[in-house]
Amino acid sequence: MIASCSSDTAVTVEAGPVALRRLTGDQYERSIHDVLGRHITVPSRIDPDDRRDGLLAVGASFAGVTPSGFEKYEAAAAVIAEQALDAEHRDGLVQCQPASPTAADDTCARQFVERVGRRLFRRSLTEDEVAGRLSVARDATSELNDFYGGLELALVSLLVSPEFLFRVEEAEPDPSDPSGTRLTSISMASRLSFLLWNTTPDDDLLAAGDDGELVDDAGLSAAIERLLASPKLETGLRAMFSDLYDFKQFDDGLVRKDAALFPAYTQPMIEEAKEQTLRTIVAHLADERDYRELFTTTASFMTRRLGVIYQVPVATASGWEPYVFGEDSGRAGLLGHISLNALHSHAGRSSATLRGKFVREVLLCQDVPTPPANIDFSIVENTTGELRTARERLEAHVTEKACAGCHTLMDPIGLALEKYDAIGMYREEENSVPIDTSGELDGVSYDDAVGLGAALSNHPDLGPCLVRSLYRYAVGRGAEPGEEELLAALGKRFARSGYVVSDLLREILLSEGFRTTSGPRGVDETGDTP
Amino acid sequence: MKRFDRRAMLRGTLAGGAVTMGIPLLDCFLNEHGSALAQGAPLPLRFGAWMWGCGMNPSRWTPTTEGTDFELPIELRALDRELASGGKLRDHVSILSGFDVKLDGRPNFPHTAGLMGTLTGSLPLQDYTVPAPTLDTIIAAEVGGFTRFRSIEMSCTGNPNQSYSFESQGVPNAPEISPGALYTRVFGPEFADPNAGPFTPDPRLMLRQSVLSVVKEDRDRLLKRVGAHDKQRLDQYFTSVRQLELQIDILLAGPPDLESCQKAPAPGADDVGSEVGQSMATNRVMAELLSFALACDQTRVFSMMFSDRISGLRQPGSSAQHHQLTHDEPLDPEIGYQPEATEFVYASMEAWADFVERLAAIPEGDGTLLDNCLVFGHSDVSLAKAHGITGVPMMIAGRAGGALKPGVHVAGATSPSTRAGLTIQQVMGLTSESWGSRSMEATQPISEILA
Repeated sequence: MIASCSSDTAVTVEAGPVALRRLTGDQYERSIHDVLGRHITVPSRIDPDDRRDGLLAVGASFAGVTPSGFEKYEAAAAVIAEQALDAEHRDGLVQCQPASPTAADDTCARQFVERVGRRLFRRSLTEDEVAGRLSVARDATSELNDFYGGLELALVSLLVSPEFLFRVEEAEPDPSDPSGTRLTSISMASRLSFLLWNTTPDDDLLAAGDDGELVDDAGLSAAIERLLASPKLETGLRAMFSDLYDFKQFDDGLVRKDAALFPAYTQPMIEEAKEQTLRTIVAHLADERDYRELFTTTASFMTRRLGVIYQVPVATASGWEPYVFGEDSGRAGLLGHISLNALHSHAGRSSATLRGKFVREVLLCQDVPTPPANIDFSIVENTTGELRTARERLEAHVTEKACAGCHTLMDPIGLALEKYDAIGMYREEENSVPIDTSGELDGVSYDDAVGLGAALSNHPDLGPCLVRSLYRYAVGRGAEPGEEELLAALGKRFARSGYVVSDLLREILLSEGFRTTSGPRGVDETGDTP
Repeated sequence: MKRFDRRAMLRGTLAGGAVTMGIPLLDCFLNEHGSALAQGAPLPLRFGAWMWGCGMNPSRWTPTTEGTDFELPIELRALDRELASGGKLRDHVSILSGFDVKLDGRPNFPHTAGLMGTLTGSLPLQDYTVPAPTLDTIIAAEVGGFTRFRSIEMSCTGNPNQSYSFESQGVPNAPEISPGALYTRVFGPEFADPNAGPFTPDPRLMLRQSVLSVVKEDRDRLLKRVGAHDKQRLDQYFTSVRQLELQIDILLAGPPDLESCQKAPAPGADDVGSEVGQSMATNRVMAELLSFALACDQTRVFSMMFSDRISGLRQPGSSAQHHQLTHDEPLDPEIGYQPEATEFVYASMEAWADFVERLAAIPEGDGTLLDNCLVFGHSDVSLAKAHGITGVPMMIAGRAGGALKPGVHVAGATSPSTRAGLTIQQVMGLTSESWGSRSMEATQPISEILA
């Protein structure tokens, strides 16, 4: 039990366990680019990320490496190493000249392995680790009569190592609390870097980790301020919200629409729609504006392609321009964006239920139970019969007791968004009947989607839910009972700061929940998602 | 048994440049792994699972009489095909009806409980969870070490993140979703083509082995630094490293010695998506690639997800997907079923027939490749509308090297669906006496289909 020293009021924290965290696809690619060069084309779809409890960041603490996954990692490593050490780029990366380009040179190889290995393993290599790689390089050089060919193999051996593919978080006794365990300084370097930049730590952060600065309040604070002030923070924020909103589905091409019903829908368009939302979030947060206003703001960005769907003229021929949705546009806040509406729709039609579920579960952290097994949806979804709008169909089954319990939680929210069709395009009618978007959210009534955004931004669960989500994202697991008091305190401080997300991140990073642990996780007892 | 340092031996051979490996050297490779397919050895036996989502209409899918010579029900009409090799496809497929997934009071998580019951022998306690390893991985653990690939997982849904093949509780095997990628993986530059002249081992293969050795040396250092849960994950990781070493050993040993082995022709451009026509086309191309891979003994275990258990198949221009339709579409009172949803049952059965037919297109031994396969076709539910898990539809195609007598309809009379999995394990040479837990424990194989 540790009293937090970073705050005005003491908070009791019993932090949860640590586990290996497999790099996500995004983190893998960024690490390669940061360490080995941006010219490298990293093979896509190496081994899929595991999403659990709504976050890749949590799934990463469970993901393993299967035979087919390892096969792909090894093949990717070979392709990457070849590009990293090609004739054009090798001098920049190796930083020493071998005595002969066709013979082994342990001194130069060692320099390379130690420097690059430290960035990839996110700590200094042990002598054994270096020696193993030098022997690989030596043997390969003599087989191939090529010093750089030898280095390539040594680099592959770093890239397929579990020390690179998994982030190893280590704990040690906490000198300030003999009964407690804290993360080591070098483990903190990775924790900070992946959380705020979504990539491997830079040399300065590793140096701070090696020097023990990151288990010290002042040292940690200084590191956090540097990371928060860096332009790379934008990368981290994008990764955070992409994970929270499951935007990877766009990258994987899984948000598909029927081509006959929605001819305007294309993969480039929907990728720009995703980008629009991320740009909006990043710009809003960079200005230190109130997080809750993300759901009411009319400020956004636009491209020509998106203008087609939003039905607005766009002056810029290619690329982005700032855009403000007009008063009469029927849109405000993220819930008016194409991205979220298309994501939470079916291929051929919108879904008030899926949209409502997203708001409840992801934005408000409320549980919506799964439907019972023996249900008859036939009244609900038939669009050819007498029930012509989603509201008429959904209201029909809210009279069914088994359905009503959950659907009254989701549907009134989603129905407010019904004027956005399955690709987020505006419509006034469904099957020639005007769409009624009125409803209420936990006691607050509204007439339309803009009103829903206002009600949501004032919802008491909105801020605390972001606190919980970002905390889970930061520690890579669900919150433990011993962390609830901390989450409540963080929620209060978030409110007091005026819901400024960078302040929230700072509070999370300085909290004992982020810096301490109960130790390594025991045997996993839950299964995976089929 | 005397241990050879294989790497050192090969390095010696290679020091004078790349040379064709001699037979004695080859023998010592093959014997170590037991993977030799020496002259006269029996043809390999292969197992695969083929899954489609959202079931069928029980009264229209289930044959009315048992045994052979039953009348093909309307929803199985796809099996009424003439094979190029002679005979009808239906005579190579047994139909298993009336086998149940038993809940023992656990919840019927829609589409999950039935699937997991049949594939793992256990029912999940929480939704979206996998209670035990799936059948294909149980078999791969036994026979996967003989081939270049332990197993090959495929999907026609275009979703790279989902398969129904689980190594263990937390470890799904990601599927190949692109025929082009599957082709490259199996028949790319590494493939040793038996028809491409004298075999020359690629020296880089041994360098790759040396890389894997050094990675294995990281093992002990790392295990000291992690907890019990991570030890399991690292064991999985190092098992995977070992599998790749084995794969490289097999590549070094030269081309497969199988008469029917030919390099597959390269497939056309991918057209992956959730329209039913796209999934059916992907299924056909994947089946073709797989048939060549099996004939060359590149793997002996595979699984195919034709459609998601919550089937996202759809017709172009329609606002509804298969799964939605099974729940939304009213029963047509005149015909007694959901006509639009049922179109997807027909399509799924056509796809199953395409898949099995393709395996019968490659001659092998005195018959066809299919004769040396056991393909398990199954769905997550019977009637999807009600998430029915009694009488879950299952089929077994192929003769499994003579162990099976196909073309039979067996009515399970409410016995557990795990009897199929138990039968399959026994046919595949596993010594399982029983399989499954609680009421899903099967102790009796389906003897009606055994030869």
